[in-house]
Amino acid sequence: MNEYRPSKLHGTWALTVRELKKWLKDPIILFMTIIQPVLWMSLLGKAMNISAIFSTSNLPSALAEQIMKRTFGTGDYFSFMAIGMISFTVMFTTMFSGMSIVWDRRLGFLNKVLSTPVSRGAIIFSKVLNSSFRAMFQATLILIIAVLLGLQFGPTFNPLNILGVYAAVFLLSVGLSSLFLALALRSTRQETQMAVVNLINLPLMFASNVFFPASMMPNWLQAIANVNPVSYLTDALRQLTVLEMNLPALMFDFLYLGAFAAVFASIGLMLSWRYLSK
Amino acid sequence: MAEDVIKAVGLTKVFNKNLVAVDHINFSVKDGEIFGFLGPNGAGKTTTINMLTTILKPTEGQASILGYDIVKQADQVRSVIGVVPQEYTADEDLTGYENIMLCADLYGIPRDVSKKRAAELLELVELTQFKDKKVETYSGGMRRRLELACGLVNRPKVLFLDEPTLGLDVQTRAATWNYIRLLKEEYGMTLFMTTHYLEEADSLCDRIAIIDHGKIVISGRPGDLKKNLGGDVITLTIKENDDVTEVIKSVEKVKEVRRENGSYRVKAELGRVTTPLIIDALRSRGYTVTKLSLTEPTLNDVYLEYTGRSMRDAEESPEAIRSFRMMMRRIRT
Repeated sequence: MNEYRPSKLHGTWALTVRELKKWLKDPIILFMTIIQPVLWMSLLGKAMNISAIFSTSNLPSALAEQIMKRTFGTGDYFSFMAIGMISFTVMFTTMFSGMSIVWDRRLGFLNKVLSTPVSRGAIIFSKVLNSSFRAMFQATLILIIAVLLGLQFGPTFNPLNILGVYAAVFLLSVGLSSLFLALALRSTRQETQMAVVNLINLPLMFASNVFFPASMMPNWLQAIANVNPVSYLTDALRQLTVLEMNLPALMFDFLYLGAFAAVFASIGLMLSWRYLSK
Repeated sequence: MAEDVIKAVGLTKVFNKNLVAVDHINFSVKDGEIFGFLGPNGAGKTTTINMLTTILKPTEGQASILGYDIVKQADQVRSVIGVVPQEYTADEDLTGYENIMLCADLYGIPRDVSKKRAAELLELVELTQFKDKKVETYSGGMRRRLELACGLVNRPKVLFLDEPTLGLDVQTRAATWNYIRLLKEEYGMTLFMTTHYLEEADSLCDRIAIIDHGKIVISGRPGDLKKNLGGDVITLTIKENDDVTEVIKSVEKVKEVRRENGSYRVKAELGRVTTPLIIDALRSRGYTVTKLSLTEPTLNDVYLEYTGRSMRDAEESPEAIRSFRMMMRRIRT
């Protein structure tokens, strides 16, 4: 009998470190994960210069300012958009957690891990943690670059709010990567996984307040945006940074994100017990 | 101690309710044995290994490793076994050392112990020099050795090797086997391996089982299996035109003599001993032997006898395997 028993934490951590090392060691992937959100933010945020629509029209600037504020909550569309980009990045980073388990299966790595006494849950949870860390890292970068590009913080902003940003990003990452992992557990083809991810991701992004406030959408779309967890992350992030904080609304955002993370992480864990071995 | 280290009873795996990959197989492996599972691709070898190593759940039947049930006590089984899979599963982006440490962590081995073991194993498989190089720079033989080291990091009592030399060239294959023998000596393990290289199975395994279409068709010691085929074949020609069938038949241990196109095909036990006796018998009667050959049966003959086809027909070419690997790598990058 082997004298050592792996603790759940030990195994999860070892597998997480493996994923993080893979990420840090591949300069191209690291570069892409940094450059991608920056590109999106600068292109989308600066190209869709909605404030310019008003400043080039004959509207008095005070009125224009008011319209902007009523629509976006802030006079600066770039600030609104830049924070939305964090949610966007979380979505695209977490979807790779599903892809990576398909890869591990194809390369035989998954089978090798399955033949060790490491907890089945650790296999899933390490991938969840890995993509959450990545998403948090990217959120940091986006914030820094957004500030450099002229992000305007709201009146209630406080440096401690950044901790709230991390917490919110972590919660949505856990929920979404658990969802994508659960969908990928039995899959052996990346193509299938890619199709599934695209099918989910684009509606999630557009039926949310990432680019535009949900209150301006048609009712049916608003209904979707109002259950979409991405909207709650975006709202929480905006309240913590560029908007004026509304504490009850912020609490509700966190509650919703927490519930989303808890439900999908449990589903992922349950499915991993059942489906990782056939 | 000669108790059963591995025991399978009616072990069965059915995929998708109709594809029977492994069909009610029974076998046992004794302590310290090298047990070989032989069969063509798709015969059910890997499926059997996957069940024994708790990756797949059997549809029916049971198996145990050191008395632990592979389904009910999967965690205990996992901690006493080592697995060297068919594929190269080491993470290409990590170094050899990091890969071994990762495996050690998965077994929950504390860092101070695992560091020592990693150094020892790297030395043993002669990879110390390359331990800080990324695995993607390793050659096929080096990767195999790394897989071996990873499979041994938890000091397993039973080591499973799935096609350990698949796709390697002859030299590297021989070297790999030297390592495996060395490691077995060093750690006193029981080995369960699958292969479709018959020569390897013949020279390495204490006992083998031939599996075909999910069923074990025969099992036993390679020597016994060959002997059971009815002995060696001696082919000889004499200068004279007389029929000497009866002369040859009179020699002890000769079982069967046939005259074909002027030469004689003799089936006899212990060909190496019987052949000189036949020559003596012929010479004492004034005959001269002009040509002679002795063929001892190989495992391929055993295989042919029990499955009705040659192993080589079912074997995959190394080129096909290599091109598959290339394809996989292309997809990845």
